[in-house]
Amino acid sequence: MAVSSSDVLIGQGRPNAAGLRRDQLFERWTLLALTAPALLLVLITMIIPVGWLFWLSFLADDGSLSLEHYRRMIEQPSYGRTFLITFEVSLLTTAICIMLGYPLAYVLSQLPRRIANLCMIAVLLPFWTSLLVRTYAWLVLLQRQGLINAWGINLGLWDEPLALVHNLNGTLIGMVHIMLPFLILPVYGNMRALDRDLLKAAANLGASPTRAFWLVFFPLTLPGLLAGTLIVFILCLGFYVTPAVLGGGKVIMVSNRIANDIELFFNWGAASALGVVLLILTLLFIALAARLVRLDRMLGGGPG
Amino acid sequence: MSWLDEPASETQIPHRSRLWLYVLAALVLTFLVVPTLIVVPMSFSGSQYLEFPPRQWSLRWYESYFASSSWMQATVTSFKAGALTSLVATPLGTMAAYGIFLSRSRWTVLLYVILITPIIVPVILVGIAVFYAYVRLSLVNTLIGIVLAHSMLAIPIVMLIVTSALKSFDMNQELVARSLGANRLKAFLSVTLPQIRFAVITSAILAFLTSFDEVIVAMFVSGGENSTLTRNMFTALRDQIDPTIASISTIMIVVSSLLLAVSQFFGRSRKD
Amino acid sequence: MVRGASLPITIRKLTKSYGEVHALDNVDLDIESGEFLTLLGPSGSGKTTLLMVLAGFTRPDYGSVCFGDREVIRLAPHKRDVGMVFQSYALFPHMDVRANIAFPLKLRGLPRREIADRVDAALEMVQLGGYGERRIDQLSGGQRQRVALARAIVFEPRIVLMDEPLSALDKQLREAMQIELRQLHEKLGTTTIYVTHDQREALTMSDRIAVINQGKVVQLDTPRRVYDRPTSRFVAEFIGESTFLEVECVEGTCRLAGQPLKVEDTPPSSGRLLLMLRPERLQILDSQSDSADNVFEGRVTTVVYQGDTFLLQVVLDNGARLTVRGIASSRSMARAPQAGDPVRLGLGAEDAVLLPDQPRT
Repeated sequence: MAVSSSDVLIGQGRPNAAGLRRDQLFERWTLLALTAPALLLVLITMIIPVGWLFWLSFLADDGSLSLEHYRRMIEQPSYGRTFLITFEVSLLTTAICIMLGYPLAYVLSQLPRRIANLCMIAVLLPFWTSLLVRTYAWLVLLQRQGLINAWGINLGLWDEPLALVHNLNGTLIGMVHIMLPFLILPVYGNMRALDRDLLKAAANLGASPTRAFWLVFFPLTLPGLLAGTLIVFILCLGFYVTPAVLGGGKVIMVSNRIANDIELFFNWGAASALGVVLLILTLLFIALAARLVRLDRMLGGGPG
Repeated sequence: MSWLDEPASETQIPHRSRLWLYVLAALVLTFLVVPTLIVVPMSFSGSQYLEFPPRQWSLRWYESYFASSSWMQATVTSFKAGALTSLVATPLGTMAAYGIFLSRSRWTVLLYVILITPIIVPVILVGIAVFYAYVRLSLVNTLIGIVLAHSMLAIPIVMLIVTSALKSFDMNQELVARSLGANRLKAFLSVTLPQIRFAVITSAILAFLTSFDEVIVAMFVSGGENSTLTRNMFTALRDQIDPTIASISTIMIVVSSLLLAVSQFFGRSRKD
Repeated sequence: MVRGASLPITIRKLTKSYGEVHALDNVDLDIESGEFLTLLGPSGSGKTTLLMVLAGFTRPDYGSVCFGDREVIRLAPHKRDVGMVFQSYALFPHMDVRANIAFPLKLRGLPRREIADRVDAALEMVQLGGYGERRIDQLSGGQRQRVALARAIVFEPRIVLMDEPLSALDKQLREAMQIELRQLHEKLGTTTIYVTHDQREALTMSDRIAVINQGKVVQLDTPRRVYDRPTSRFVAEFIGESTFLEVECVEGTCRLAGQPLKVEDTPPSSGRLLLMLRPERLQILDSQSDSADNVFEGRVTTVVYQGDTFLLQVVLDNGARLTVRGIASSRSMARAPQAGDPVRLGLGAEDAVLLPDQPRT
């Protein structure tokens, strides 16, 4: 019958094994090679520079290895204040986003799809509009001669123009505006995917609408809410533009401090140390988020 | 008003009992949309203090924008940077997404994580790190420098979108194409790419916007002749509220909205 | 279409493991030129893996695959010149029917005129003449299947591979397509490897069946022999229904519960063996007059009417339980025993099949 070269190898027990293994490796590396250009770019423009910065944070001004930047962070109270303000703004923003965003997501999830999709454009529009433009819009609206004050006075709500901007209030308003879509999207997605029959079952079993909501609906939306909350919080931690523009110099979050250290004081050591701490905090919260979301999924979205 | 007594949900709660919810939702929705849009009419206001509704309608802030050579140069720089970023990040990100998606090696998770880091690391950190590196590489205030940094920021977005599209694509079609005689590249180009093109287009648009809207890295890395629009706006905002920014903002809103509409249009016709 | 000679396939020592699991375990298989061979087995048996190795999409750990004289195991899929039909059809939705079918011809650089002619001929052959301009989402399941088929044969491959192509269709359509595929094969004469887990489909369509389990070919035979003469309990259970009774064999003579058993073939070995009984091969004997090579006595516990056939559940005197199937004609129904009645069952020597004693799989 047919005689092929492989017949010679067949007697050796594993015909073509070596060749097949070479082919496998070649294919694997060719596919991974596709990621090479992107990898190179990210490595050169980010990983290495950030690593460099890491290294900088451990160098004293005279070039020797030292922890003085970190020590200064612990000793000087101004750093503590910076972190305090950062957490304060982040927590407040997140809380307000939840209180405003959850109800909106709920109403949207109850609407028929067509209308909901239309409204989602309203939620997405801020997403696609430049951060700077939105922050500027608030600056204009909240200033002493701005729209909000003008209407407030015209409608007799208050007499003197309120200081709505260049302070914490203005910063919060701006940040909530920026962060809301980040909360609404995962919560909305979660709500849409919910099985409506569960609520019917709850009603059938005797739950009033309010109890059905708190006992059935709300727990099942916790994964989405958790995801949204963590996304917003983590984004707030590292935020720069809005506090810089709307804070008027009174709201100095960690990122603003880092920028100031570089631009005003050329203090690379302090800035890089702060950056390292910010990065570690961010990674910690992301790890926490990953743990919580997975845990939540394992528990099926709640006790019981 | 009889609809108020109609049941609103599976639990048969009438609309009337949760009217407050609808009002709150409407207010939040307004809160989301109005501030962004209100800049548009205000930019036509004749007064220094940008009124709404404008007492006098005027184009003076547009004139001051188009007449200023520094604003115009910055605009050109931003468009150039955005276009180049899109041109760089889209193919790089798409290739990486495709390679990772098909590869079954244990390195893929690590690679994926590395390529996602630009959106995880706080932008301020990226900004000063890149600045630090660029000072040593003489890339500060150059177009290439900005494009490289912005491309790095855009790659995760391209990857996420393209990966999602690949997941819902039937890879068997590529296999069939190869069984019919196409090599891997031809199979990708003639079968896979046409079917994920909407994802690729959307990610290209988002890559453009990532660069166009970016402030922080641009603040450190762009400057002089190659200063971006957003950098100049930011600097102007911190010094005093120059109303010209209102007209620039309007133009940026129009650009963003147009691009959003374009991407939605493409995305929709695929799903329907 | 002008047929070129189709190719035989020679498979030697084909092995593919995923960690501890052997998807393919030293498979040896000879497939004749022009035959319709079905790979039949349960999910996870390795049949699809084998097909994918033949197509070039799964790389084995080692082994040899020859199409005719040519070793192809390291050949890239696009150079193997095999036609393939997937379970999900994998039609290109961004092209119309005509463009789908023309795809392989365009890749081979044929002139436009010839491509058009060949596409028309292929459409005629699968009875979809005139459907060329339709879009894929305008076609029904059966029509899509035919387009997939047309696309796989239009470039006259010498080997065709099919991976459960009919499993997405409803029963009636599936049975009609089985016959059509068989007729198409007879017309084209291409070597065809067909994968399915449906034993009825395998029996209907194949020249030979390779029964596969846990990465090994456990039996390679014609449909008739696979059904009548399974060589293992697994094959006997996977194809058709059967009951098993324990039998003792010593030097060629076998006894069932003490009684001698008349068997046509020589027993495969000595010691404890299994007697395979197919429900439709057991005859219901009339009182004392009817006789058969082997007779079993027992009592009917249940009678089940199933429209075209009826079932009797019987408990034999030695305690074993059997199922008997008979054609439900008016006469047979009138004469059938009732629940509780004693019954005598007959089994011809030619239907007494002995298998090695293996546990249930």
